[in-house]
Formats: sequence, C-alpha cells, structure tokens
Amino acid sequence: MEISLFEVTGPVMVGPSSSHTAGAARLALVAREIAGAFDHVSFGLHGSFAKTYRGHGTDKALVAGVLGLSPQDERLRHSFELAKERGVTFDFYEAELDGAHENTVSMTFVKRGGEEITIVASSLGGGRIRISRIGDYPAEITAEAPTLVVVQRDQRGMVSEISRILSAHGINIGMMRLTRTARGEVALCVLETDSALEPAMVQEIARVPGVLSARAICV
Amino acid sequence: MYQNFAEIERVCAERGISPDRLFLENEMRLTGRGEEEILRKMEERLSVMETAAQRALEHPQSAGLIRGTARRQFLYSAGETLCGRLINRAMARAYSSSEVNASMGRICAAPTAGACGVLPAVLLTLMEERSIPRAEVVRALITASGFGAVVMKNATVAGAEGGCQAECGVAAAMAAAAAVQLAGGTLEGMLSAFSHALSNCMGLICDPVAGLVQVPCAQRNASQAVNALLSADEALAGQMFPIPADQVVEAMRRVGRQLPPELRETAEGGVAATPAGKEIAAQMGLGAR
Repeated sequence: MEISLFEVTGPVMVGPSSSHTAGAARLALVAREIAGAFDHVSFGLHGSFAKTYRGHGTDKALVAGVLGLSPQDERLRHSFELAKERGVTFDFYEAELDGAHENTVSMTFVKRGGEEITIVASSLGGGRIRISRIGDYPAEITAEAPTLVVVQRDQRGMVSEISRILSAHGINIGMMRLTRTARGEVALCVLETDSALEPAMVQEIARVPGVLSARAICV
Repeated sequence: MYQNFAEIERVCAERGISPDRLFLENEMRLTGRGEEEILRKMEERLSVMETAAQRALEHPQSAGLIRGTARRQFLYSAGETLCGRLINRAMARAYSSSEVNASMGRICAAPTAGACGVLPAVLLTLMEERSIPRAEVVRALITASGFGAVVMKNATVAGAEGGCQAECGVAAAMAAAAAVQLAGGTLEGMLSAFSHALSNCMGLICDPVAGLVQVPCAQRNASQAVNALLSADEALAGQMFPIPADQVVEAMRRVGRQLPPELRETAEGGVAATPAGKEIAAQMGLGAR
C-alpha cells in the first residue's frame, strides 16, 4: 500500500474544505516563497474558485498563504485584518484561464518599485497543489518534497555546478526539470531534494555566476 | 504487501499479526519513519480531533446554519433520551467538529474535512464511556486509517466523485472497524462492521445547501457516527455481512459513478435544490448555482 495513513487521517487544517481552503492557503504559501518580498497581490480566480470562493473562505486562505500562515493556522480566518497590519494590499478578480484545472488561481505579486511576477497554481484536492507557471515559464511544482527554484542564464555548465554544490553538502536530488523560453536566454530550473536545504546552501547556489535567483521551498 | 482487504486478511493470518501492526509496518516502510515517530504523529492528530470534537459542546462556533447544534445535542444527552447517552454524545461530538470546520477552525480531515466529525465522535465517545487508554485509541486510529487507505486506493473518498457515501460513509466504515477493535473484536469482525456501515449508506448523495459544508453535512456526520456504532454492534453480535469488504468498496465506487453530477457536491440536487435550500442560498448571497 503506497498511501500513507496520514493521507487518510489528515491533513490537519483549517476548514471547511481541503481543496478550497487548505489547498488555497498552501499554494499561496508556496507562491510567496517563490515570489519574494512584495507589497500587493492580485488574485485572479478561475473555475470553481471563482464560483464558490466566499462560502469556503478561499479568499481568506489565499491572503493567509501569501502572508506566510500555514494551512493549519487558525489566524487564517482573520487574514484580511492581518494583511492590513502588515501593510500588504490585495484584490480579487474573476479570471478565465484556458485549459486550467477547476480550482486555479493566477497570483500577481507586485513588488516595491512596480516589478511584477505572476504565478499560476491549482488546488488538486486533499490539500495537494501544483504550481503550473512562474512568470513566462511553465512549471510543475507540488512542494511535497523540499524544492529549489533557480532562475539562471541558459548557459553551459549551470546544471552541473548546482548539482555539484548539492552533492558536496550530501543532498540527493530526486527530480530536476529545466525549462526555458528560448535558447541562450534565461532558464528556470526546479529541483526536488530528499532532504531540506540549509539557507547557506541556497545562498551558495545564488552566488554561482549566471544564477539570477535561488529560492528554497519547504512547507 | 497489500492493496485490498483480502490481502490484508491473508497477510495478517499468515503472520499472526493484527491489522494495526500491518498498517504500522507498511507506514514505516513507506516513509522510512520509526514506529515511535508514527505513533506520536498519530497521537497529535488524535489531539486535534479531541479539541475540535469538544470545542463547540460548550461554545457554539460562528458556523452560519449549524451554529449551536453541538451544544444543543450535548445538553440533551444529559437528560432523558430515546437512544441513550452514548449515542447522543457521539452525535454532539460529530456536530462539534462540523461546527469548528465550518467556522474555519482547525480540524483533522478523516478522510475529508467535510466528514471530519465521524471518526472522532465514535472513538472519543467509546474512550470516555469505556475508559479506554489513549494508546489503544491511537492504535484504533491506525486501523481506521489503514482501512481508509484501501478505499482511497481502490475507489474514492471525494464527494465530487462519489457523493456523501464516499466521505461520511467511508468515515463511518473506518470508524466501525476501529470500534470493533476497541471492543476487542477480530479482523473478521472489523471487516464485517466496515461492510455493514458502507452498505448502510450506499448511494448517499452530496447535496450541500448553498454549497457550504454545513447542511446536511453536519447532520450526516452525526448520523454516520451512529451508523458506525450500530454497524460495530452488529459485527460484534456475530452478524457477518455476506458481501466481502472489497466488493462493497467496488460497489460504492460504481454507485458513485452512476450518480449524476447534480448529486455530487455541486449543490444542484437533493436538499440543496429544494425551495427552502435555494432560499437559504439566496439569503446568504451565495445564489443557486
């Protein structure tokens, strides 16, 4: 049997819905880790998220997630007030996303200075999620294992340098996926590892020439 | 090692072990975690269940349509009732978890958030009534989870796919098996209790009023907790269910597929589609969908 007992009895979460509340909070939490610091988030709700978000507190869950609250934090229900305290603003709109899963949201993080990054994510049920787009890049991040997201110049030797660093720290790579918009420009590298990365390792990778950013997701 | 109930029965018989032992070993193999860590983690989940099953007995939660249901049933359970204290307390606890869930409080999904009241109601009420040690309840929770995993693997526990039978129904079947274990029954008895419970609610639809996880979800949590208890009593009385558990699960899966979409969590059928159900939805500004 490959289904864990804790997938049946669990997750521990704030109700009422594992897909519309817990999953929404979790995907927003992961998106926050990828996006970095921001002042404002625009949430574009698609499908069932757009139709039923109020009754399930999907809006509160999304805001809680981008503020860094876990899906089992009962402060989730007060996330709008919490956002105000922290000076984070947000808005919601209905989005039509072609071919997207029923429970999908497009999150545009606006940074100080106006720079933007849009992350698209879906809640798949039972609290499981998938990040399907980061900016211009298609992605496939479930965040079930510790994940490293690297934006890098598309040049020779980048992948081997990253894996060399991880290997030197005794980190085993479970999965690696590289996507790019065009040859020789910028590529997105997503790695899943068997154990979590220390902040120092992430910083070491971020300092590699050609790496534009490196972020670890462990939620 | 096992993918269904027949294999669980075979392995347990061959090795002379209890199902919770088998499920625990499988979890160790699957996750690389030690026995103590798994037991501790399961006990943490039990604690979350206890808090949710207790909270609304005294303090009604801001849960719209079902606010105060737990407290009402709990107060009633102390007086003269038709079904007695155990049944009424189990129902009160199921309502409590449902209220906490609906008000964005912390719960443990079992197997889903919408059905989170059933398993705690049964286990905690038996623990109280029979003064069962906590460690034994953790073991029963492992058994319930192992039974639930078989359903997740071979059928579904999603209301959108299988209706309420797949959520509260499966929760009841898991709880029935766990209750038999707590009462000292055999694996055969657990499987029979599981089958009694799941077949008792076969075809049960998912029809949430206004699309909210409140009515009739809280009521279903309460009634399925009772279903679990009576199913366990049937098995303990020696009433063996004549259809094997694997075939009951497969029947549930097929029935779920035969349910039209209106009866699978879309709030377009059942009590959600009644004039009163639509009226409630309209009043809450959630409209008929």
